[in-house]
Amino acid sequence: MNIFVCIKQVPDTETKVIPNGDATFIETSSIKWIMNPYDEFAVEQALLLKAANAGSTVTVVRVGGVKDTEALRTAMAMGADESFLVEADDNLDSYMTAKAIKGAIAKSEKTPDIIFTGKQAIDDDCLQVPQLVAQMMELPSVSVIVGFEHSGDKLTLKREIEGGAIEVYEATTPCLVACNKGLNTPRYASLPGIMKAKRKPLTQLSLADVGVSEEDRRVSYSDFSLPPEKPPGKKFEAMDEAVQKDIVKEVVGLLRNEAKVI
Amino acid sequence: MLNFELSSEQKEIKEMAMKFARNEMIPNASKFDESAEFPMEILTKAWELGLVNTCIPAEYGGTGFSTVESITITECLSYGCMGMNTAIMANDLALLPIVIGANDEQKKRFLTPFTESYKIAAFCLTEPGNGSDAGGIKTTIKDAGDHYVVNGQKMWITNAGFADLFVVYGTFDSEQKHKGISCIVIDDKNVEGLEIGAPEKKMGHKCSDTRAVTFNNVKVPKENLLGKLGDGWKIAMKTLDHSRPMVAASAVGGAQCAYDYAAKYASERIQFGKPIASHQAIQFMVADMAMKIEASRLLVYKASWLLDNNQPNTKLASFAKAYAADACMEIATNAVQIYGGYGYSKEYPVEKLMRDAKLIQIYEGTSQIQRLVIAKEIFSR
Repeated sequence: MNIFVCIKQVPDTETKVIPNGDATFIETSSIKWIMNPYDEFAVEQALLLKAANAGSTVTVVRVGGVKDTEALRTAMAMGADESFLVEADDNLDSYMTAKAIKGAIAKSEKTPDIIFTGKQAIDDDCLQVPQLVAQMMELPSVSVIVGFEHSGDKLTLKREIEGGAIEVYEATTPCLVACNKGLNTPRYASLPGIMKAKRKPLTQLSLADVGVSEEDRRVSYSDFSLPPEKPPGKKFEAMDEAVQKDIVKEVVGLLRNEAKVI
Repeated sequence: MLNFELSSEQKEIKEMAMKFARNEMIPNASKFDESAEFPMEILTKAWELGLVNTCIPAEYGGTGFSTVESITITECLSYGCMGMNTAIMANDLALLPIVIGANDEQKKRFLTPFTESYKIAAFCLTEPGNGSDAGGIKTTIKDAGDHYVVNGQKMWITNAGFADLFVVYGTFDSEQKHKGISCIVIDDKNVEGLEIGAPEKKMGHKCSDTRAVTFNNVKVPKENLLGKLGDGWKIAMKTLDHSRPMVAASAVGGAQCAYDYAAKYASERIQFGKPIASHQAIQFMVADMAMKIEASRLLVYKASWLLDNNQPNTKLASFAKAYAADACMEIATNAVQIYGGYGYSKEYPVEKLMRDAKLIQIYEGTSQIQRLVIAKEIFSR
């Protein structure tokens, strides 16, 4: 099987995010990058599927900056066979990213039997790329997957919905599966795995190579700012019965006119 | 040229070891400290991921890491739990004499099994009457024709209760002092006359296994002697050049862990209407911690870098070991101080770190012995 995994490199969850100089994006110069946590489930599921189907390969695709390539290296250290990196700024929109992924998969000259992704990236939380990729490649897609079974070209997929209930989907490959937490326990990249990953092929492509230009942009970013600082809370003492009435009136007035919550 | 940056591969190794420390070790550290149980499952998992026996060269199935890479891993594992790290590090300490002093056939025979499954090794140097004065070893290794016979007692032997292989120092002639010391490998844990004592009850590093080991006329094949009779001291000294930076790295890991807890707590604990981190008394303590951790780490890296570049590192290894161990003790003590009453409680993580830190000033040459080594390097050259 030709198994593909799309991964994104996102700021470490403990990063203190600040806007960049001209407020068109976040400041990325001192960010520590990690693999998007949902994508780890995608990599693990791809490796499990590979192990169950002799002769399969796992190819990883990432779109983003090339200064740090930790996420791709980690995926290969975990056991993926090769990877494609499309060099791009971190501020691409979902449409451009999906188009670049489609282009990179085409460059691999392998026809995917299945594409795994995380259900969303934890930095922009757009939740669009998996569905866009599937749409562009004319593949079915199922998202928020917490259960995966494979037999022949049949997939049985469990999808988490509101209230903790589960929907069960049947799909046929080729197909795109967007993974959620709970699907599996991602393995560690072992030290011998890290050493081996050095020798695995990593192909670098430009946006032009995969047929993406600024004209594909649907969303441009501007005016990034930090949320306003919370004003300090107000405290009202109303132990004295004589003033309670007045204080309640004052609080209601403030809630209505200042906080505008009632 | 100077370069303080780890390679991208070394960074990945560090990330992975740190992830293991955070996910597998830290959540279990207090439990195993309490039960003093040997954390076999965690250690086996660490072995499966290649975090154990980092000293084994690639030609014998190991990862073939440089010292800088090994100590990077040690720092992370010690961050996770100093006690568990002792169990891991003790394997390297026992295998290093083989890496340093064994012939090719012995290396294949002794080291390769350690790369095929999780096996445990014990380094047997210290005796009830000889700790710092290792040259005064009483254990004997006598030539008995077609084999050697080992007699004597060893003390504070890490991993002894679970060990598959013992590296034993003894003398074939105590008159000859250092020149009589020899090093032999016992790779049959069931050999007649090998007696393992009860586990010692310790202040810290409780989940690591520490026991006395007694040899009563233990017969060892001739082909298990490392080098020749009398090569033991040389092998032991070279082992320490490798292992001291490693132990120093474990002090850095423990200190970093104590510091991280203390700095976080100082930002959260409110007294006099503001976080205690905004009080200068606490700021000075935290600043000293950060400064001493960085100084320790740089010493550890330099001692390791010298070794990787085939330069003498004895003095730097002792600098690193003494400085990092003393700093770790001070930092762990101050972490408890910053936590105040909570720090003294077992409900919080820092009192364990303080108990664990103490041992690093003692084993692998006390802080005082390190200063003797340093002075000897200064005045005898």
